[in-house]
Amino acid sequence: MKSRYGWIGLSCAAILVFTACGKPASKGNEASAAASTLSGKITIDGSSTVLPISEALAEEFQKQHPQVEVTVGRSGTGGGFKKFANGEIDITGASRPIREEEDAQCKKNGIEYIEIPIAYDAMAVVVNPQNTWCDTLTVAELKKIWEPAAQGKITNWSQVRPGFPNERLVLFGAGTDSGTFDYFTAAIVGKEKASRGDYTASEDDDILVQGVARNKGALGYFGLAYYENNQDKLKLVAIDNGNGPVKPSRETVLDGTYQPLARPLFLYVNVKALERPEVAEFIKFALAHAGKLAEEVGYVGLPEQVYELVSHRVERRITGSAFGAHGSQTGVKLEDLYKIEEASEKGAE
Amino acid sequence: MIQVVSRPEWRAREYRREQIFQLVGALIVLFALTTLVVLLTKILLDGFARLNPEFFTSFPSRRASQAGVLPALVGSAYLLLLTAAIAIPVGVGAAIYLEEFAKRNWFTRVVEINITNLAGVPSVIYGLLGLQVFVRTLHMERSLLAGACTMALLALPVIITAAREGLRTVPKSLRYGSLALGATQWQTVRYTVLPVAMPSILTGVILALSRVVGETAPLLVVGAVVYISKLPDSLFSSFTVLPVQIYNWTTRPQHAFQENAAAGIIVLLALLLTMNALAIYLRNRYQKRLPI
Repeated sequence: MKSRYGWIGLSCAAILVFTACGKPASKGNEASAAASTLSGKITIDGSSTVLPISEALAEEFQKQHPQVEVTVGRSGTGGGFKKFANGEIDITGASRPIREEEDAQCKKNGIEYIEIPIAYDAMAVVVNPQNTWCDTLTVAELKKIWEPAAQGKITNWSQVRPGFPNERLVLFGAGTDSGTFDYFTAAIVGKEKASRGDYTASEDDDILVQGVARNKGALGYFGLAYYENNQDKLKLVAIDNGNGPVKPSRETVLDGTYQPLARPLFLYVNVKALERPEVAEFIKFALAHAGKLAEEVGYVGLPEQVYELVSHRVERRITGSAFGAHGSQTGVKLEDLYKIEEASEKGAE
Repeated sequence: MIQVVSRPEWRAREYRREQIFQLVGALIVLFALTTLVVLLTKILLDGFARLNPEFFTSFPSRRASQAGVLPALVGSAYLLLLTAAIAIPVGVGAAIYLEEFAKRNWFTRVVEINITNLAGVPSVIYGLLGLQVFVRTLHMERSLLAGACTMALLALPVIITAAREGLRTVPKSLRYGSLALGATQWQTVRYTVLPVAMPSILTGVILALSRVVGETAPLLVVGAVVYISKLPDSLFSSFTVLPVQIYNWTTRPQHAFQENAAAGIIVLLALLLTMNALAIYLRNRYQKRLPI
């Protein structure tokens, strides 16, 4: 029996060591922000795409308000909305606008929300560097490749465009649970979740990068940040939406020419939670710093104007989705969308 | 009468067969070991540079070079202790009851079948069960306690099965001897059977807990968070654990986070190896002390 107690003692000692190690870090935080008196807890969950931004926001917010505890989970966009609609979390991150059934669930549980766009994410369509024939693809060609009808039929590059060589087409794409999948299918095929099934699907973008890098005939899509971090292994394809081929970049995303594969990312905040000063402060902080922090973690910040328009919405507690709770939509410029909302709100008053 | 077959050509053939079998066996072992060595080497090369003291004392960060495993490591340690505190008494108790006290009837048979089946249920199912029962119905929220209760459920079938096996290896003669000397059934279990069965019970318990340390899926479902800025200070605190932290890092596009993930894997491996070593140590220690 003696050694069993020894084991427990050992574990307790280990924990003491861990907790002791933790103290210097929190002391450092306290020193850097003595003025803040805010306290409480903010729970964030949702999309894994939005997670790096939420994490960066939480990290910086905490430096100013060390008494506030911010936790960020990753349940995915859909999973996040489920918890949000149940009132289990204060804020959820989403890589697409809320859907009708999710909105209905919120209404049923008496949860009102404010929609806050915080950054743009561009999706990159990539091929293998040895691919010499394909520099651009039109949206119609992408649709031909990815629509459900293509399953088992479009299996060779020569079928995509006359003149393309006889090379097997190997496809890599997002897993069906991700917001990336929802958005890509909506933007390219025209219907959310409508896609062929015979491709390598993974939630782990690194697997997709490796797959495209190893197959000469590969074509894949994922977040632009993954292309930027693997430029030596991949070749970027310019997308032609009828106005000439455009490659994704900060500029083409912001001026709206990289369409339809640039999408806004959102935070949805529970209005009741927003009455708590720490949550209100966090949202204010997010709108002030999301642009810069988003760029730092590999996304594109929104134009200042959008953050201002959204701040007004938050101040005036304008609830609901500017997208009419219809899920993914493409070709929308946020500044126009939220301006129209502002105007109609003013008209109504 | 037994006729011994000793025709030389037969023996030569059998001998060749045996050689081929040995060769195939050796190749399989070699293949498995090479894969393991390659994986471990890659992890060590990728992650070793990140294993500085700050890595153990820092919170997660968007800057890979400043991110650390502190809350994950502490979370894993707390979760482990809490799970052990729940699962060991219940599991060992159940095993003792089923093996030593319960009459064999339809009820115990149903319980037994269920325990065996539960050991094969995918862990994410336990996560969903935990989410509904502990998080929602019992209002534990997404807390350390809810996580530990879920993980205890996951560990219970393994612990019960291992403990029963351990109790079964104790010779009947020891029990009879104890009872014949006038000990009650409880005294027999407490002072005769348990000490003898302890090594295998402990081994089972520690192996079950090792599995708990390595689990990701059920904890993600129950609500382990991926970013946290405070260490858990009560049973109802939010928490994160090493596998969840590693999983989160592996899904980031920046290569620096992959190195963090590799370093995290080294820490997790070290923790698991320590636990297994502890299991072996405890088993040997008990076995030596027993006068059988």
